Amino acid sequence: MNEPASNRLGGLRLPFDPLLMLATAGLLVASLVTLGAATGDDVPGDPNYYVTRQGIYFAVGLIAALALSRIDYSRLRELKYGIYGLMMAGILLVTVFGGVTRGSRRAIQLPFFEIQASELGKVLLVAALAGFVVDRSRRLGERDTTARLVLVALVPAGFVIASDLGSGLVYIAILFAVLFVAGVSWRHFAGLFALAATSIALVLAAAPAMGVTVLQDYQSERLTSFLYPSDDPGDAGYQQNQSRIAIGAGQKTGRREQATQARLNFLPEERTDFIFAVIGERWGFAGAGLVLSLYALLVWRGLRILTTAKNLYGALIAGGIVAMLLFQVFINVGMNVGIMPITGIPLPLLSYGGSSVITTLLAIGLLQSIYAQGRVASATKGRVLSF
Amino acid sequence: MIEPVSDRRPPITPQLALRVAILGFVALALFAVVFFRLWYLQVLSGDQYLADANNNRFRELRIQSPRGEIVDRDGTVIVRNKRAVVVEMDPSELPQAERDLASRWGQAAGRRAARPRSERGSQVRIPPIPTAELRTRFERLAGVLDTSAGAIHRQVVRSLAIVPYSSVRLKTDVPRSVLAYLSERAELFEGVRVQQTYLRDYPRDKLAAQILGTVGEISPAQLKQEAFRGVPQGTIIGQEGLESSYDRYLRGEDGIERVQVDAFGRPIPNDRLRDSEPVAGEQLKLSLDYKLQLTGQRAMAGPLNPGDKAGAFVALDPRNGEVLAMGSNPSFDPDLLTKPITQKRYDALFGDDAGAPRFNRAVAGLYPTGSVFKPITAMAGLQSGAITDATVISDPGCIDIGTREFCNAGDVPNGPVALRQALEVSSDVYFYRLGQQLFGLDGQVLQKWARRLGVGRETGIDLPDEFEGLIPDRKWRARLNERERKCRPGNGGRPCFALDIRPYNTGDNVNLAVGQGDVQATPLQMAVAYSTIANGGKVVRPHLGLEIEDGQGRLIQRIERDPARRVKFDPANRQAIMDGLRLAAQGSRGTSTDVFSGWPHDRFPVFGKTGTAERPPKGDQSWYVAYVQSETRPIVVAATVEEGGFGAETAAPIVRLLLSQYYGVDKRIVRGDSRTR
Repeated sequence: MNEPASNRLGGLRLPFDPLLMLATAGLLVASLVTLGAATGDDVPGDPNYYVTRQGIYFAVGLIAALALSRIDYSRLRELKYGIYGLMMAGILLVTVFGGVTRGSRRAIQLPFFEIQASELGKVLLVAALAGFVVDRSRRLGERDTTARLVLVALVPAGFVIASDLGSGLVYIAILFAVLFVAGVSWRHFAGLFALAATSIALVLAAAPAMGVTVLQDYQSERLTSFLYPSDDPGDAGYQQNQSRIAIGAGQKTGRREQATQARLNFLPEERTDFIFAVIGERWGFAGAGLVLSLYALLVWRGLRILTTAKNLYGALIAGGIVAMLLFQVFINVGMNVGIMPITGIPLPLLSYGGSSVITTLLAIGLLQSIYAQGRVASATKGRVLSF
Repeated sequence: MIEPVSDRRPPITPQLALRVAILGFVALALFAVVFFRLWYLQVLSGDQYLADANNNRFRELRIQSPRGEIVDRDGTVIVRNKRAVVVEMDPSELPQAERDLASRWGQAAGRRAARPRSERGSQVRIPPIPTAELRTRFERLAGVLDTSAGAIHRQVVRSLAIVPYSSVRLKTDVPRSVLAYLSERAELFEGVRVQQTYLRDYPRDKLAAQILGTVGEISPAQLKQEAFRGVPQGTIIGQEGLESSYDRYLRGEDGIERVQVDAFGRPIPNDRLRDSEPVAGEQLKLSLDYKLQLTGQRAMAGPLNPGDKAGAFVALDPRNGEVLAMGSNPSFDPDLLTKPITQKRYDALFGDDAGAPRFNRAVAGLYPTGSVFKPITAMAGLQSGAITDATVISDPGCIDIGTREFCNAGDVPNGPVALRQALEVSSDVYFYRLGQQLFGLDGQVLQKWARRLGVGRETGIDLPDEFEGLIPDRKWRARLNERERKCRPGNGGRPCFALDIRPYNTGDNVNLAVGQGDVQATPLQMAVAYSTIANGGKVVRPHLGLEIEDGQGRLIQRIERDPARRVKFDPANRQAIMDGLRLAAQGSRGTSTDVFSGWPHDRFPVFGKTGTAERPPKGDQSWYVAYVQSETRPIVVAATVEEGGFGAETAAPIVRLLLSQYYGVDKRIVRGDSRTR
């Protein structure tokens, strides 16, 4: 199990995983380049409006991530109740006071910018949930443990789903991943899957039939629209149709300045939800493939760090973060290429938006911390069992 | 370099290793799915999506090209263009509900039309406007166009039911103020397009209305025809008459303005797009003489035709077939057909009750010709050797042939007559005898000569709506009998087409010899037959198109029409017939001599034959065909007036008026009183 040679620079040990760093940096550059190309005309008189702002978010996020990577993540375990409380407070605040964007309550308005509590909550949930799991790590086989953990995650997920379905699903993905990595028994997983399937069936089919409104109309329309492409700009299917056209029109090497789907606004939400389609149209299969490869690298490094974590807490956090990233990338890109429903999940690091960017960078900072701690631990005394 | 750290990392538990592996496989699978989807979209279907993307952003606006003008032989404009503003509805901007409704209604109406007339029931009602939003749109538009939302809806549905993708013309020729209002508030009128277009304009009112024809958008069926290969959908083409015959010259080429638009339909400049300029159509110069045409139409509709009966006239240059004038009465204002018209109004204006004014009787009116047929019979008799120009036949007024008695008009006896006198006085008995004699010869010579000279067959004129007529013969009679035999059982044994089933007999031939009975010919065919005799055997192919010119009237191409064929006959025989025709118009006993009293025969000798066709139960049909000999400007004029009485009563005076116009002779109206057929 030799570490790749790149981990050592002239025999010097790096305090971070360079490949993870490379993937992150590549995605940040891709984001800035794409935004620069796609939003030049969006704000009159200020062609760099979105690039500048995204750059500031990156700077803030990177500083926070750097700080996080230099401390021992294990200390977060002691703060798990505080973290959980912070997350719930943010989510509840949004639920009560949040501003409404396109039918969803998502953000807390601050003087300078708005915080999307549900975004930040993702990484907070990972840290808190991992802490709870570690606390009960000796009783993991018990049904009671699984139930409690599920409850701990479902409460915030429920609140988030009420306003923002996509983010809520990310919470559930995190829950599954953390339980999975913790080693919850297969039987419990089977039960959970059955529960999930039943509730999806209830929400999508049974409840409307009985006249109970669980999902807003626009939500269920978006969820099912990828099955029915449409030419009507008023339909959700129109967005996916245009996105598919944009990506397909990019062909192998892209349309560069002729990328009219994005430039003439046929492509909706080009800065956020459909930024992948912008890349696909502008730089073709080459560009889209490169970005996907960077994500694959990110996920691979995440899994690798999981295995080198010095303790279970680190492994759980890494697992949660990998699941969070993988889930978001797959759902978002899947939505762009027309094989997944529209759920309003941003593409991590690429989509424009401070909350999502900072959250993702914090998560990467955590991964780097786990990496660094793992190296320190293995260098000194081998694997530290700090259960 | 000793750095054993990584080697000393303790192994993770097998359970965690398994689960991480599973996570890794899931990640791999998800990335693989996305990669393959990307491959499919971008590499395998990229061309299709690129086309879709370009479809998204381009709007092609057709810039209609003006059609060429149509002028007479001296350049007098007969058809020109005028700019007009049309208001159209773009069907792609209509809600799906409206388009679905139109297609359902179209299917229902189609099924109803397919049923037998008795079982159709009431008209299929057009359902109301499907959405409230559309109703608001239509109501807003109706306010501007001075109509009602329901009327617009019905217009849209009817049009979409026929051509689903074509834009719906809501109103043609709207005032400028409406144009300005609509273009300034385009956002309020979604899907409404205001376009400049050209409409045909007819500065000479009813002049030559039947031959000019109409224009209209190319139909889906026409798009598939070889003649319209490469013509884009939506092009205005000639649909009838000369507009159709000379469409490829008149049409021009529409320009295309390509506009790049954004998702909201706003135009976004793009200098890579190339517009193509419209190319105007070429000008068509007709052989028509505007003044002669006008004289003819006025004469037909004026006091010379007191009952304003239906009729037609043709003036040909017998040397080359150039049509100098051609008219049909009643006529109409072609301007009425440049705008959409309701079926009810169309029927009121152009239906049978209105005299079917669009029907061009000069090329499609099929009539028995009466005595104007006699020169043809004479030619058959002379050429077949049945008679010579000296053969004398006694004309006692009436004769028996077979079991029937055939008489002159008014049973007037003419005594013994030879060919020249027979034509001069229009002796029916002479030609009855000749018809009887020709029946006895082999080879149906009378029919043969009639067809040779151009009767009972298409003349080949450059108009699409010519009829061939009929010269009755044995074969035709046999076919008629056959049809009759098949038809009668289904008709309760009653006659269908023919009163009796019998072979072609002497009586039929006797009737044909004087242009009576089953013969059906057009005025144009008679003009061609007379031209052929007059010019010594050249069967001209009549034509209206003379030259194709550019917009400044410079010659691009001459339209040469070779004679259809030549017939050979003895010049002496021709001379005998021409002598007879001259006597008929100039001789002391000539049937139209009085009509041409005071005519300068020395300068413009007239050779003319009257005709009076019996068409019971209708009144007699008046005919006259004349040839004027002239070195430089010969002419053949044929005219007929339904129920116009004897030839000398109406048709001959009309022809005299035309000739007066043509030769600049004092226009005098003289009605003849010859009671001869």
